[in-house]
Amino acid sequence: MKVSYQWLQEYLDLDVDPRDLAEKIARTSVDINDVYSLSDGLKKIVVGEVIECKNHPDSDHLHICQVDVGEEAPIQIVCGAPNVQAGKKVIVALHGARIADNQKIKRGKIRGVESNGMLCALQEIGFSDKIAPKDYEEGIYFLPNDSQNGDSVFKYLGMDDTIIDTDVTPNRGDMLSIYGNVNDIAAFYRLKPHFKELAVKEESAEKTADLVQTDIEDSQIAPTYKLRVIKGVQIADSPLWLQIRLWNSGIRPVNNVVDVTNYILLKYGQPLHSYDYDQLPAHNFGVRHANEGEEFVTLDGDEQKLKETDIVVTVNDQPVALAGTMGGQGTAVNDNTTTVALEAAIFDSVMVRKQARRLDLHSESSMRFERGINPATVETALNEAAEMIKELAGGTITAGIVTGSEAPAVDKSIKLSLTKVNHVLGTKLTMDQVEDIFDRLAFDYHQDSDDQLTVIAPARRWDISIAADLYEEIARIYGYDNLPSTLPTMTRNRGGLTPRQRFIRASRHDLEGMGLTQAISYSLTTVEKAKQFQITPLNEPMKLDFPMSSDHVATRMNIISGLLNDVAYNVARNVENVALYEQGRVFLPKGDERPEEQEHLAGAVTGQLVANSWNKKDQPVDFFQLKGIVERYMHNMGIAGQISFVPTTARPEMHPGRTADIKIDNELVGFIGQVHPQTAKEYKIPETYVFELNLEALLATPKIENEYTAISKYPSITRDIALLVDADVENATIVKAIKQKGGAFLKEVHLFDVYAGSHLPVGKKSLAYTLTYQDNNGTLTEEQVNSAFDKVTTFLKDKVDAEIR
Amino acid sequence: MGLREKLADLRDQGLQDIRQSEDLKRVNEIRVKMLGKKGPITSVLRGMRELSAEERPKVGQFANKVRDELTAAIETKRAELEQAAMNAKLAAQTIDVTLPGTPVAQGEPHVIQQIIDQVVDLFVSMGYEVAVGDEVEQEVYNFEKLNLPKDHPARDMQDTFYVTSSVLMRTQTSPMQARMLEKHDFSQGPLKMISPGKVYRRDTDDATHSHQFHQIEGMVVGKNITMADLKGTLETVAQSLFGDKLKVRLRPSYFPFTEPSVEADITCFNCLGKGCAICKHTGWIEVLGAGMVHPNVLKMSGVDPEEYGGFAFGLGPDRFAMLKYGVDDIRNFYLNDVRFLNQFDQKG
Repeated sequence: MKVSYQWLQEYLDLDVDPRDLAEKIARTSVDINDVYSLSDGLKKIVVGEVIECKNHPDSDHLHICQVDVGEEAPIQIVCGAPNVQAGKKVIVALHGARIADNQKIKRGKIRGVESNGMLCALQEIGFSDKIAPKDYEEGIYFLPNDSQNGDSVFKYLGMDDTIIDTDVTPNRGDMLSIYGNVNDIAAFYRLKPHFKELAVKEESAEKTADLVQTDIEDSQIAPTYKLRVIKGVQIADSPLWLQIRLWNSGIRPVNNVVDVTNYILLKYGQPLHSYDYDQLPAHNFGVRHANEGEEFVTLDGDEQKLKETDIVVTVNDQPVALAGTMGGQGTAVNDNTTTVALEAAIFDSVMVRKQARRLDLHSESSMRFERGINPATVETALNEAAEMIKELAGGTITAGIVTGSEAPAVDKSIKLSLTKVNHVLGTKLTMDQVEDIFDRLAFDYHQDSDDQLTVIAPARRWDISIAADLYEEIARIYGYDNLPSTLPTMTRNRGGLTPRQRFIRASRHDLEGMGLTQAISYSLTTVEKAKQFQITPLNEPMKLDFPMSSDHVATRMNIISGLLNDVAYNVARNVENVALYEQGRVFLPKGDERPEEQEHLAGAVTGQLVANSWNKKDQPVDFFQLKGIVERYMHNMGIAGQISFVPTTARPEMHPGRTADIKIDNELVGFIGQVHPQTAKEYKIPETYVFELNLEALLATPKIENEYTAISKYPSITRDIALLVDADVENATIVKAIKQKGGAFLKEVHLFDVYAGSHLPVGKKSLAYTLTYQDNNGTLTEEQVNSAFDKVTTFLKDKVDAEIR
Repeated sequence: MGLREKLADLRDQGLQDIRQSEDLKRVNEIRVKMLGKKGPITSVLRGMRELSAEERPKVGQFANKVRDELTAAIETKRAELEQAAMNAKLAAQTIDVTLPGTPVAQGEPHVIQQIIDQVVDLFVSMGYEVAVGDEVEQEVYNFEKLNLPKDHPARDMQDTFYVTSSVLMRTQTSPMQARMLEKHDFSQGPLKMISPGKVYRRDTDDATHSHQFHQIEGMVVGKNITMADLKGTLETVAQSLFGDKLKVRLRPSYFPFTEPSVEADITCFNCLGKGCAICKHTGWIEVLGAGMVHPNVLKMSGVDPEEYGGFAFGLGPDRFAMLKYGVDDIRNFYLNDVRFLNQFDQKG
């Protein structure tokens, strides 16, 4: 809410800088968006009087004006406004002035005629179209005739006021009124507010009840509904003081009746609606839910198609307003209105909120209804509004208020224990201190015992209902700065990461150590991408009911697709070497209400793992480089089971000849390989290698602990063997065979060469291994090794049809 | 010419040869020639038989002296030549040490992860447990059990991705408050937990909004937990993340699941409170929301609010990272430009 400092000063003896007040409000009540004056950034803008106004000889619309700006002689200003005329007091930006948008005014010549400044419209001195009165839309603004020539215009237009723009949380609806602000400020500055209410004087014998009737069938929609009638009004502009109050609060002045309703809305937080009595088709008011498909034209001219959840005010069952949101076009107060029906109500906050949201019709009124209305001031506001209309627009107020429903203003008794207060806040407040705080808040209370207090929270603070709400009142008025600062004292607490959390963290660190940078991609993606690259494919991902963008409609079932988006993003920006991993959730619908959330670990590498340097060049990533990382990672994680890489052609997004399923003891835990060139093309990425692992499986599988074995003191003996085999014989088969027949002393099998090419027969390849033998208990003899080695060679000849070279 | 003179001549000749030799091979030849069994000194010494008894030891002594001198000269020369050879070899091996070192593959943790880990480590050190929740949540845990009934205005503050009428993408990590309160055995002591994770809001992505971001929820519930404890805890977090000199201030705020509710500001780490563009000239930066757990939340999770109470807080690692490093666009965190990610590689 835009709160006027000068308005507050009417009711409070404030002796603080407005900025300090704003700071105090932020520390004690509600957040502050901004503190400003309409005159900020403006200078040398004064009152002028147009003495003479002649047409410019070389223009069909410009005028040459002689303007008295309080100096010895009038100054000449060329002005293009159609409404400029002699005898008017105007806003003059002098030579050297600064007006809206930081524009500087300089003297100069306009079509050959000297001009020493500029006559301004309100918009030109910073008023937004939203608040500038419509009357002056087509020209410059006229100041009151008693304005002093040469004076700064700011005080005449209220632009010297400071506006404190508060950001009111949903619970503090009471702070959406000057009344609420005055009460809160009085409490934290220990001030006595002198809030002025204007009493109504009914001078007419005519009964309101003879003019309007109301029957509120559903008091849930309108817990309070009241009407008054003012007859014989004359619609005109409001006095300037009232217009200033409104535009400083961000509301555009319209006419004396509408302006009064808005003024009361600001003062009490009570929205009012004024109807042109004579334009109403009948005068029996009601409220009801709209009929599905019912049409209604709001006063902004828009045709609204209503739903059953909407709520309307009716006469004779015909909608005349969207309750709490916006009035209707045909029944609004206009220049010809003479009789006004004035409505003060409380509409259901949820219904108004839904309606305003659905129709995108958020207004000063709907905002207040949504956060609740003070039931104690509905009638006060209605009476004061009627009286003000009478004072400003003439007419008579008919006798009595017509009430359709009325929610009682209930003050709530809440029991408070001093011990509990101090227990919750960590303070050592005395009963006197607590009572003092409630005195300041003007809450009644009575002390029940040394420790017990019954506090009466007034209806104007409808946010307060339980003791915890009072703790907050005590804390904020006492001052959060005055709270001590401690740490919880307690025993028996052993914090720490769980083994699962440690495993996941170690996984991340391990991959980073091997050159992959952590990415965090979006979990929400397209259906197509959500379904790709699944370890064990499921059909459909979980989909959002009402997505925001077509790129984010389903939860991912793999992590690779997100990483490929990241690769594409980098490649498109000429970053050629991308090595990323991501650890996160995939969401697997398995028939339950919610999908199974699995932790996965995936990586994607394109280009080179290490950039070219002067001494190391052109080492593009390949399958084996990434496999090395995965193998090392799984080794480091202490997987106890047998890890195998099994070729697969079954993954549609993967290269059929360069992809392996990763298994632990024959359980599928992930896969690795090259992205299928077709898929890569769709992602607009170059050759890219990826892997994805199901961390849940890795977490569950047995682990080996680090353990110590003595290093053999005896020398090892090596034998090299080169095998010529068919090209489709796998290394894994050979290594397995070697180990099977290797004997007790075979310590290590190391592949040191793979060759296929022109020196070999077609369809053959050569693999060369070093076998290392060692005995922990003695020195091996040549004979022992030869015998073991021979067994291997014989077996290989037989098993894989190897030719020993 | 006497033996003495002969020996002196041999010595002079030998020393001269040694001096003039230019490589180890030549030095070795001299050594063999001069000092070997068939060398001139040996043959001179053979003539000693003809000397008198008192001459013999004197010449013998002199001969030994000559031999020692020559041996020493040879050794000196040899060392000299070896040193020169080594120097030449090393000179030939000289490299340009200003050439860059060979690059090493090294990845980095994501900047958001770094902040999360830092916060998690801090709380773990203070005895908190880490509880990680599901990202697809039941509506009751995301809202109802946090004192946000249907049609509560605060739900408008959090536009939600619904999956069905009862399942949604969690909008906050707070559901873990309710889940942990239900699970915790208070007879074993107070609940102290922290819960980091991803959350989702139905928002259009732009520089300051992201439909996916992170939160870290914290909660302590026990028999003697005060708002002063909350203040002290938040101060510890702020100082550990942003620096020791920073102060924390609390301002009233509103969250349905805490009462009283506060926002916590810290002294602007950029200007230390003097006022600058980052803190919009207030000297303070809003970093997190917190409060005392609402009695309704405790009740709904089966915890007696008369006996137990505590505080909860939530902070945004994305916002922390943006503040700490001046990142001006939240989308940077999720686009994973490696040039962006690799900026946060300082570990010292």
